[in-house]
Amino acid sequence: MGAFHSRADDNYIRHLAKKTGFSVEQVEILHRRFKQLSRDEDTLQREHLYGIPDLECNPIRTQIVAAFFDKRNFDKDSPQGTVQEIGFEQFLTVMSHFRPLKLRMTEEQREQLRMEKLQFLFNMYDLDNDGKISLEEYRHVVYELLSQNPQIGNESAAIADAAMLEAARICMGQMEPDEVYEGITFQDFLKMWTGIDIETKMHVRFLKMDNTTLCK
Amino acid sequence: MQCKKLKERVSLLVVVLLLCSSTKAENNINATTHTEGGGGAPPSGFEIVTFNWHHVMSPYIISVWIMVASIAKMVFHMSSKLTTIIPESALLIFLGLLLGGVVWAADHVASYTMKPTLFFFYLLPQIILDAGYFMPNRLFFGNLGAILTYAVIGTVWNAAAVGLSLYGVYLTGLMGDLNVNGVLDFLLFGSLLAAVDPVAVIAVFEEVHVNDVLFIIVFGESLLNDGVTVVLYNVFDSFIAIGGVNVTGVDCVKGVVSFFVVALGGILIGIIFAFLLSYISRFTKRVQIIEPGFVFVISYLAYLTAEMLSLSAILSITFTGVCCQKYVRANLSEESATTVRYMMKLLASGSETIIFMLLGISAVDASIWEWNTAFILLTLLFIAVYRVIGVVTLTWILNRYRVVPLGFIDQVVMSYGGLRGAVAYGLVALLDETQVKEKKLFFSTTIIVIYFTVVLQGCTTKSLVTWLKVKRSEHRDPLISEKLHGRAFDHILSAIEDISGQIGHHYIRDKWENFDKKYISKLLMRKAALKSKDQILDVFHNLNIKDAITYIAEVITHHIEKYKNRVAWGSLAFIKTPSALQLVNVNFNSNKQSEVEAPTSSVLREDASAICLDMQAVELRRKSLRDCEDVYTHHLLQQYLYKPKKQQKYKYSRHKVTSNEDDAQEKEIFEKTMKRRLASFKSTKHGVSQSKKLAKHYKKDPSQKKRSDEMLSNGGQLVFHDPEFSDPEDPCEFDVISNGGSNFIFNVARQALADTCNGLDNPVFIPEEETVTRQALPPWATINDTVVLSQRARVQMPWSPNNFRRLMPLRLSSRSTDSFLLADIPVPEEHPLSFLPEGTAL
Repeated sequence: MGAFHSRADDNYIRHLAKKTGFSVEQVEILHRRFKQLSRDEDTLQREHLYGIPDLECNPIRTQIVAAFFDKRNFDKDSPQGTVQEIGFEQFLTVMSHFRPLKLRMTEEQREQLRMEKLQFLFNMYDLDNDGKISLEEYRHVVYELLSQNPQIGNESAAIADAAMLEAARICMGQMEPDEVYEGITFQDFLKMWTGIDIETKMHVRFLKMDNTTLCK
Repeated sequence: MQCKKLKERVSLLVVVLLLCSSTKAENNINATTHTEGGGGAPPSGFEIVTFNWHHVMSPYIISVWIMVASIAKMVFHMSSKLTTIIPESALLIFLGLLLGGVVWAADHVASYTMKPTLFFFYLLPQIILDAGYFMPNRLFFGNLGAILTYAVIGTVWNAAAVGLSLYGVYLTGLMGDLNVNGVLDFLLFGSLLAAVDPVAVIAVFEEVHVNDVLFIIVFGESLLNDGVTVVLYNVFDSFIAIGGVNVTGVDCVKGVVSFFVVALGGILIGIIFAFLLSYISRFTKRVQIIEPGFVFVISYLAYLTAEMLSLSAILSITFTGVCCQKYVRANLSEESATTVRYMMKLLASGSETIIFMLLGISAVDASIWEWNTAFILLTLLFIAVYRVIGVVTLTWILNRYRVVPLGFIDQVVMSYGGLRGAVAYGLVALLDETQVKEKKLFFSTTIIVIYFTVVLQGCTTKSLVTWLKVKRSEHRDPLISEKLHGRAFDHILSAIEDISGQIGHHYIRDKWENFDKKYISKLLMRKAALKSKDQILDVFHNLNIKDAITYIAEVITHHIEKYKNRVAWGSLAFIKTPSALQLVNVNFNSNKQSEVEAPTSSVLREDASAICLDMQAVELRRKSLRDCEDVYTHHLLQQYLYKPKKQQKYKYSRHKVTSNEDDAQEKEIFEKTMKRRLASFKSTKHGVSQSKKLAKHYKKDPSQKKRSDEMLSNGGQLVFHDPEFSDPEDPCEFDVISNGGSNFIFNVARQALADTCNGLDNPVFIPEEETVTRQALPPWATINDTVVLSQRARVQMPWSPNNFRRLMPLRLSSRSTDSFLLADIPVPEEHPLSFLPEGTAL
């Protein structure tokens, strides 16, 4: 189907593997998946992702799909705005945020990875890209997150509020009377995640085996 | 202080010793009556009191043992130093040895040893059930691959390696002449010693607090490999029964098959009973008292059923616990859930205590010992060495597939954590001496191995963990944002797997969760429980309660402090009559706007003038009134307010309180605090700078006191919309005497109440649009029938709640007033978060 054939492709795939940290096999598998999703086109659109049946019952699929088309997650040069369609390279870059840890990694590399992963998460919450997760943004995500359960869904705003207050408390400590907590900045976000080793949690096992035929 | 403690300890020791001697005496009596031939002479006449020792003997002795064990445990824990150095299990073994020595010295018969039936039927099940029921399921299933590898392959490896190595050494003749049937005896011995014991592992590792993944692997392994060991043991046992020569290839194949049948069958039985238990717990609402009983009885039945079918009983009860926990916890009422929790812990830790003590006692019996230095030392050596080899090899294989590899330190701890315990003891005691001639030697060796691992490794594990700097787990309250992020995480990861077309761990979990939600939960859970099972809601609820508690504590202390300095608010509270408050409360609770509006406002209207008048009066002669007010306010607070005393109690025994009123209180308080604090977020967009400016302006203007009535009206209005400025850190503003209580309050109040009532259907949920539109309007603009404000008032007064801070207690004094706080009119709030005390454990 969409496997790479020529030498040029071979180089390209090596380049991608090097850039994203995937192995060559993994890149090939993901490329096949990409082609499968995009119906053999070179670019992927939102509709293609929404068409995945397994994704249907995912309450925050809008955010997740949006993350794939968010320039912040793959475009280092102009990390602003969104795009309508992405190529394979972008697809792979977004995916690479979920690479598992390597067995041997220096502390610095770990820290780097952690930052990248957290930045990805942060972007998912920070819808308007102002560097802050405001209460409205937070509520929105929480609302969607809990929307599956109607009873809790109703309290989502309160839950989001509680979480926000918590964030404020963690990040600002005792606030001065005149201070106002405007939203969670990335620094605050980092603070909240200290103690949770995200680098060991935020990963997906990318198999070397091809099972695209099993998935729809 | 020290001296007193010492005295206490000494006295306890004396008690224990007394108890021991009393049991000794009983034994003697027992022995003598026994030798005399039981029946004795026929009674010569009517005896008023008879001494029926035999009648109560066995339950009596059991009770005394349990008491001794419990008291011993208590004594150990009086010194925190002792238990940190030596684990409790080791201490209990020592105690057992001591008591066994006493019993032995008394009548030279080991009267109390642990019988296998006692152990397997009455002591083990509850420990395993406890382990299963409190198993962190997610962690367990997340690491199931690793756990199974260690439990199955590791155990088989240990059994085979130890057995065959011992046999090899036996062949060299190093052990001297042993009366054995051949390799099978050694394999049998190897298999009964192969399993890491859950009881010992829990006892040691629970005190150490290693990180979650490491704990679950060691613990899960110890739990599951018991099943494996028992199966292996049975296979070899029956092989020996057949006779080593007669074992054919077919028998070996049968052995392997039976291994899987027994293990999987046990698991299946467990799942079936878990299903049954969950389903039954769905309908126990009306028999709440016996609800907890079902959990124990059905789990025990699972154990016995598996035993009856010669399947793995341990695996069966483990999986009953693991599978039912989610549904049972959701279905049971809070009281029952607590009962189950405590009962489970009581039974488990009780039998654990007894097991270790009996392990000690059982060893004091000359008739069971047979010493063979080479055999015993080699067993110890092989066990340690093969454990290390097994762990390292298996980890190496696993790490190729694990996303989060197990490090070197983890492997060291896992190898070191190979404690043998009571299961091995139980199995070795089960051996048939006619079949296995060297039972005594095996028995002695097993006991030595258990002592060696439990005492030596148990004592050193903690220092090893510290020395290796193993990642420890930290116990803290779950943050709600953590839970939310965790939830989001699951969805993100499963989505990524969906998109990338991988069928991985998250994919399977996600599918299972959906399936569970769609079918299983619906079948096994009460309808009401479907909601409350959610963890996020759970955390949220806890947060609620904590918040309420802190809020109350805060307000109370604060209120008292303030009271000493301020009078104005006190007078306001003072004026309110209890009857009026009650009326208001009732109306408020009725929850209907039309009903509430009229009486409330009319009541308040009446009070309003009183407030106004009295305000002046109190100003003038506050000192004379102070004491009186003080008493009254306190009374008022206790009577009508959020029952602070009761709330405080909540903290310690919240499960005992069921009253709806309290729930309502809690909820109300929480909502209130929440709203108040949230104002800060809402106000980020506008109003902040304004309010700051105005606050400054206000401070500069001492003539505020003499404001016009219009101003007062505005003030009153603000009080009701933003009355929560009970900021302890902000002592300023209070020199400005209140001019807030006013005639105009009640127009506002009515409006506010209307708002409140609208919100009451779903008070937590604040629709976004509403907030937005409200934000656009200044507070007074939403009020239709209020006084028209003067130009000056509009310009100068709109955002200045600070001055009315001391009116806060007005809210305190009446629930009706509290309800006004629910009004969702955004008021700029400069420092809502400072209200939070440092200790608010969110």
